Amino acid sequence: MLSPVLCSDLAALEPEYTEADVISTVEFNQSGEFLATGDRGGRVVIFQREPQGEYNVYSTFQSHEPEFDYLKSLEIEEKINKIRWLPLHNPAHFLLATNDKTIKLWKVSERDKRAEGYNLRDEEGRLKDLSTVTTLQVPVLRPMDLLVEASPRRVFANGHAYHINSISVNSDCETYLSADDLRINLWHLNITDRSFNIVDLKPENMEDLSEVITVAEFHPHHCHLLAFSSSTGTTRLCDMRARALCDQHAKLFEEAVDPSRRSFFSEIVSSVSDVKFSHSGRYLLTRDYLTVKVWDLNMENKPVETYQVHDYLRTKLCSLYESDCIFDKFECAWNGTDSVIMTGAYNNYFRMFDRASLRDVTLEASREVCKRRAVLQPRRVCVGKKRKETDVSVDSLDFRKKILHTAWHPKENIIAIAASNNLYIFQDRLTPNGHHNTPEIQSAPPKWQTQPNPPTY
Amino acid sequence: MAGAEGDDSLYPIAVLIDELRNEDVQLRLNSIKKLSTIALALGVERTRTELLPFLTDTIYDEDEVLLALAEQLGSFTVLVGGPEFVHNLLPPLESLATVEETVVRDKAVESLRKISQEHSPVDLEVHFVPLVKRLASGDWFTSRTSACGLFSVCYPRVSSTVKAEIRQHFRTLCSDDTPMVRRAAASKLGEFAKVLELDYVKSDIIPLFTALASDEQDSVRLLAVEAGVSIATLLPQEDLEALVMPTLRQAAEDKSWRVRYMVADKFSELQKAVGPEITKTDLVPAFQNLLKDCEAEVRAAAANKVKVFCENLPEDSRETIIMTHILPCVKELVSDTNQHVKSALASVIMGLSTILGKDNTVEHLLPLFLVQLKDECPEVRLNIISNLDCVNEVIGIRQLSQSLLPAIVELAEDAKWRVRLAIIEYMPLLAGQLGVEFFDEKLNSLCMAWLIDHVFAIREAATCNLMKLVEKFGAEWAQNTIVPKVLGMANDSNYLHRMTTLFCINALSGVCGQEITTKHMLPVVLKMSTDQVANVRFNVARCLQKIGPVLDSSALQAEVKPVLEKLATDQDMDVKYFALEAISGTFPFISLTFET
Repeated sequence: MLSPVLCSDLAALEPEYTEADVISTVEFNQSGEFLATGDRGGRVVIFQREPQGEYNVYSTFQSHEPEFDYLKSLEIEEKINKIRWLPLHNPAHFLLATNDKTIKLWKVSERDKRAEGYNLRDEEGRLKDLSTVTTLQVPVLRPMDLLVEASPRRVFANGHAYHINSISVNSDCETYLSADDLRINLWHLNITDRSFNIVDLKPENMEDLSEVITVAEFHPHHCHLLAFSSSTGTTRLCDMRARALCDQHAKLFEEAVDPSRRSFFSEIVSSVSDVKFSHSGRYLLTRDYLTVKVWDLNMENKPVETYQVHDYLRTKLCSLYESDCIFDKFECAWNGTDSVIMTGAYNNYFRMFDRASLRDVTLEASREVCKRRAVLQPRRVCVGKKRKETDVSVDSLDFRKKILHTAWHPKENIIAIAASNNLYIFQDRLTPNGHHNTPEIQSAPPKWQTQPNPPTY
Repeated sequence: MAGAEGDDSLYPIAVLIDELRNEDVQLRLNSIKKLSTIALALGVERTRTELLPFLTDTIYDEDEVLLALAEQLGSFTVLVGGPEFVHNLLPPLESLATVEETVVRDKAVESLRKISQEHSPVDLEVHFVPLVKRLASGDWFTSRTSACGLFSVCYPRVSSTVKAEIRQHFRTLCSDDTPMVRRAAASKLGEFAKVLELDYVKSDIIPLFTALASDEQDSVRLLAVEAGVSIATLLPQEDLEALVMPTLRQAAEDKSWRVRYMVADKFSELQKAVGPEITKTDLVPAFQNLLKDCEAEVRAAAANKVKVFCENLPEDSRETIIMTHILPCVKELVSDTNQHVKSALASVIMGLSTILGKDNTVEHLLPLFLVQLKDECPEVRLNIISNLDCVNEVIGIRQLSQSLLPAIVELAEDAKWRVRLAIIEYMPLLAGQLGVEFFDEKLNSLCMAWLIDHVFAIREAATCNLMKLVEKFGAEWAQNTIVPKVLGMANDSNYLHRMTTLFCINALSGVCGQEITTKHMLPVVLKMSTDQVANVRFNVARCLQKIGPVLDSSALQAEVKPVLEKLATDQDMDVKYFALEAISGTFPFISLTFET
C-alpha cells in the first residue's frame, strides 16, 4: 500500500540553502540498507538504515571538486550527475559517482581497530629517551570507536568529450558503462586508463546531429543487453554479443505519434529523460515530459502501459518552454516487485501508479506537510474550478519546486524523494520492519509516513 | 636476540617497526619491504606471536602496501622458524586473500601457493586445506574467487577423502551465484583438471566444463574455452570427440562474439591439443568460419593465427588444405573493410611463403602482398615491409621491388610522424635486403630528407638510421655518400639543421673510424664553435666530448682543447657548463681553472 513518510531534511533547520546543497541524485544500494545522495556541490552523503528502520547519516564525503579544462577553456562543474552502487564485495561498500567528465569509484569502509605502541615515541608522539628503549615493541591493534572512511579507489577520467548523463554497472560485476550525449563507453572496474566505445552517435558533420543520448542502462541479469534512450523519444536495446560496436540496435522501442497531435513541442516533450529496467528484466520504464511508459521487451511498436503524469500541462507547454522547464529531466522508479511506478512532478509533487489496479496518486514532499510521522494526504490538481478546499489549481503550481530524483528501496516500501536541498524518506506505515507487503494504491488516503526522526546532516 | 647487542643496533629496527604505521604511505611501504629485517631482529618466536598477528589485522592499508606485504609473506618461511611453523603465515595471507583489490588477492594467492609446497602432508591437511575450505565457503565473493586458485596446489598431496571434499568444493564454486566466482573457477578449471586423476577428469571436470561453457554470462563462457584447451590435452584421443569437441564446436559458433574471439585467440593451442585428425575434420572448417566472422575483432584474431595454424597442419595434407580452404579466405581478408583485420593479416601473411614454397608464393601470395603494399592504411603496408625477410628467403626481394619502392616512399612522406618513424626503423633491414646499389639509387635521398624533417623524433631516428647503414655498408661508403651531405648541412641557415650535423657526427664518428672523423668531421665541428646560436655552440662542446675517444691524442691536444677552453669562457651559461663538462670528461688528468 502506498503511504509515504518523511525522512530526512538535509537543510535541517535552515530554510535558506545554497545552490551547492541541491540534491542531484538519489540511489539505494542493492540491499536497501544504504542510501546515497549526490549534490551540486560534489558531495556524496550516505545514509544507513538503523535497526529501527530510520535512515541516518553514515558517511559524508567530497567526491568531486570544480575543475577547469585548460585545453578547451571549459569549466567542469562538481555536480554529481549519477551514483551507482556496486554489488556487495566484502564488508566495505563501493559506489561509482560521476560528474560531467570524471567517474570515481569510492570505497566506504569501517575501521574499529587502531595500532598502539611505538618504540621511539610515546602515544602522544613525543620522542622517548633513547636509553629507555631496550627492547623492540611490535604495535598491537586495540579496539576504538567505529570510524567510517571513504576513500577514492579509482578515477576514470578522459573517457568523455561530452557530458556524462548515465553510469550503469553490468551484471557481470566487472564492467560498467558510462554515457554522454553522443557516446557510450564500456569500462572495466579495475582498468582506468582505457575504455571501449560501444555506441557512437556522433555524425561526421555536427550539423547533421539529430539526436542525443539521454540515458543508458544495463539489463539487470543479462550482461550483454543494454538500453539507451534518445532525445527523439526512442529507446534502443543493444546486444553486445552481436558485435563489438553496438551502433546497430537489436530493438527500437518507439510509439508512432498521432500526426494530428503533432506540434512544435512534440519532439521536446517526447525526449526520454529516464529509463529503468524492471527488476524482473522483462520491462522497460521510460519517462518523458508528460508521461511514464512501460514497455515489454518483446513489443517494440508501442508501450504496454502509458500513465499521464501531469497531462494538465499540455496546454502550458509554451510558457514551460519559455522558462526552460520543458527541458527538466524527471527520473522514474519501480518498486521492488515491479507493481508500482513512481516519478516526480512540479510543486513538490510526485506521482505513483499501481499497475494492477490502474489507480494513481499524487503526493507532496515538502517541509510543510512532512511532519514527523505524518501521513501524507493525496493532492489533486484541477484544471477548472476547485472542487475541494485542498485542490490546487494548475495556475498556482510552483514550477520552481520540482521533484526530479526519486528512488525506491529494492525490496521494501520505502522511497526516497529529493526536493531541491531536502531528502524525504517515506515508508509504508503498515509495513512492519523486515516484512514485505504487496503495495497497492488505495483510493483511501495513502498512508505513506515520514520517517520519525529526520537525520541530522 | 633483540636487545642483546644494545641500543645502537636496536635503533634502526625500532624506526622500521614504528614506520609500519607511519602516516606517509611511502614510509610504510619501505618498512613493509624490509619486513624480513624486522622479523630477523625479532626472532622467529616473536615474529610468530607478535608480528604476524599485527599484520593479519593490517588489512585497512593502501593497496600498494598490502601488495608488498602479500609478496613478502610468500618467502617468510625461514623467518617464522622453517617448514614446521609455516602455517603461521596462513592467517595474514588469508585476510589478504579476501580484500577487494584484485592485484592484492592474486598476490596473496600466489604466496599461498608458494608456501603450500613448504607444508608437510600432515600440515597441509590440518592447516592449509581448512583455510581453502573457509575461503571457498566465505560470505564474500572475494574470498571464494581466491579459493579457486588454491585447489590445484593441495589436491595432489592429500588423502583421498580430502580429495573428494576438495572436488566437491570446486564443483560448488563452479555454480556460484556471482559471475565473478564462476569466472575465477572457469579460469582455474584447466589447471585443476591437470592434477586430477583421469577418471575424475571425465566424471567431474567434463560436466563442469560443459556447464561453464554454456553459462548465461558470456564473460564466463569465454573463459571456459581456455579450460577446454587444457582439458583436451589431458584426454586420450579417443575420448576427445565425445567429451570435449561438442562443447568446443558450440563455442566456435557462440552467439557472443567475445566467445568466438577467445576461440580464435586460442586456436593454435587448441590445434595442438586436439591433434591432426580433429584438426582436419573440425578445426579447418571452424577456422574458415572465424576468418569470415561477422565481427571484425574475431576476424582479426583469426587472421593473426593464419601462419601458425598453417604451419602446424599435418604435413601430408598441409598444402592441399591451405590452397583449397585457407587461401580463399585469406584472399578475402586482404580487402577486408576493417583495417585492424588487414593489418593483423599483413603481420603474418608473409610467413606463408616459407610454407608454400617458391612457385605457390609467386603465383598466389605475391599478388596479395602487392595489394597490401598499396593498402590505404599505413599500418598494413608497414606490417608487410617489416616482414619482408620471410619472402626474401623464398623468392628474393627483387620480385617485390617494383611495388615496394612506391610504398616505402609514400610511408616515408606520410603526414603522420609516427608512420614516418616506423618506416625509418625498417630502413637498415631493407637496405640489407635490397643491397647497396638499389639503396643508393632509390632510398638514399629519403634517408637524407628525414634529416631535415620538422619533427625532432624523426631527425633523431634518421641520425640513428645513418649509423646503422654505415655499420652495414662500411666506412668507405659513408665517406662517399652520406658524410659530404651531412657536413654540408653545417652551413645551413637553419640552426636546427646545423645541430643535426652535430648529432649525426655524434652517431657516425664511432662507425666511421678515426681517419674520417679527424680529417673530415673534426674541422667542421671546430668551425661551428663560433656559431652565433648558443645551442649550436654547446652542442659543439658535447659533440667534442663524444668524439674525443675516436680522435688521437695529438688532435685532441692541438685542436680540441683550445676550442673547448675558448667555449669554457663563453658568455652563455649553458655553453660554459657543457664545455667544462667536456674538458673534465675528455682530459680527466688536467685540472684547469678558469676565471669566471
